[in-house]
Amino acid sequence: MAATTSNPKDRNLLAVIGDEDSVTGLLLAGIGHVDQNQKKNFLIVDAKTQTSVIESAFQDFTERKDVAILLINQHIAEKIRPTVDRYQAAFPALLEIPSKEHPYDPAKDSVLKRVQKLRGD
Amino acid sequence: MSGAGPRESVFPTRMNLTLTKGRLKGAQTGHSLLAKKRDALTTRFRTILRKVDEAKRLMGRVLQLASFSLAEVTYTAGDIGYQVQESVKKASYTVQARQENVSGVVLPAFDGVRSKDASDFNLTGLSRGGQQIQKCRDTYVKAVGTLVELASLQTAFTILDEVIRATNRRVNAIEHVVIPRLDNTIKYINSELDEMDREEFFRLKKVQGKKKRDAEKANESRQAQNAEFTERGGELHRDEGIGGGEAGGADMLDEGKDDDVIF
Repeated sequence: MAATTSNPKDRNLLAVIGDEDSVTGLLLAGIGHVDQNQKKNFLIVDAKTQTSVIESAFQDFTERKDVAILLINQHIAEKIRPTVDRYQAAFPALLEIPSKEHPYDPAKDSVLKRVQKLRGD
Repeated sequence: MSGAGPRESVFPTRMNLTLTKGRLKGAQTGHSLLAKKRDALTTRFRTILRKVDEAKRLMGRVLQLASFSLAEVTYTAGDIGYQVQESVKKASYTVQARQENVSGVVLPAFDGVRSKDASDFNLTGLSRGGQQIQKCRDTYVKAVGTLVELASLQTAFTILDEVIRATNRRVNAIEHVVIPRLDNTIKYINSELDEMDREEFFRLKKVQGKKKRDAEKANESRQAQNAEFTERGGELHRDEGIGGGEAGGADMLDEGKDDDVIF
């Protein structure tokens, strides 16, 4: 129940891990934020980005206290699937979003998987 | 009867029986309340489940649209990714959490907030794609709105899931552990009390029988003594005691009433 007790009031940022196009679009909408320590709330992943970098960014964003929603491209989530599936906390909410080259596949989404399972029975 | 199943370790007394009965009643009330809570949450959960499913599918389409408009921008204005990333300073699109209460469970919901200075985005100077960029930005803002909505649904989903599980656990624990246990305790106390009643009754019977036997024995020996005494020529007086004996309890005033005097 620890997730439900943490105060969601202080969380007001969106964070994003995605490919260049997704991140550019979302930054254009104005979700980008750079804090005093020059820490960004987004990570651009390309073909050369190491899985460990994605992983640590994911950990970093999920542990930050000011992030309410974490967006991650589905094909990137696929690379760190075990970590993503293990993530169960309510805050920040984890959303898997489609990217330009990778259409959305509901069967892979960790939350939708649970939804399907619950609706199935 | 009493030994079946686990029970509380209490002394089988009437007070404990009353206490345990009270506890059983409390457990039953709690069980029905929790079951109601679970039903309410499950109803809510089903609604959210359906909404999450729909919203996820909607999100796919919305983001596709958004990527398409970004592609348009790239076509007219060239790659703006670098400039956009470098110009990021402070979030103009933030979310605010508010709370909603469903049968004692606090569900957070996010609202997307665009700050006032969102529009003075100094990218319009980029060659000739200003208008296109503006359009793209609006599309993305809408897309983010959908995402925020979806995120609050999903958060509610996660929290509700957790709470429903906890409630289910409690309902089952009460139904299958606490109530049978208290039932067993009550049965045990009842049987022990019955047993004690029977024992007590038997004991009283025994005492009564013994007293009877003793009285008979005493009577016999007295009679034998009396017989011996009369044989030896003694006169037998009965010890009437005070107000006892045959006349015991008779009206002293009425006794030896004179005959009517006739002159």
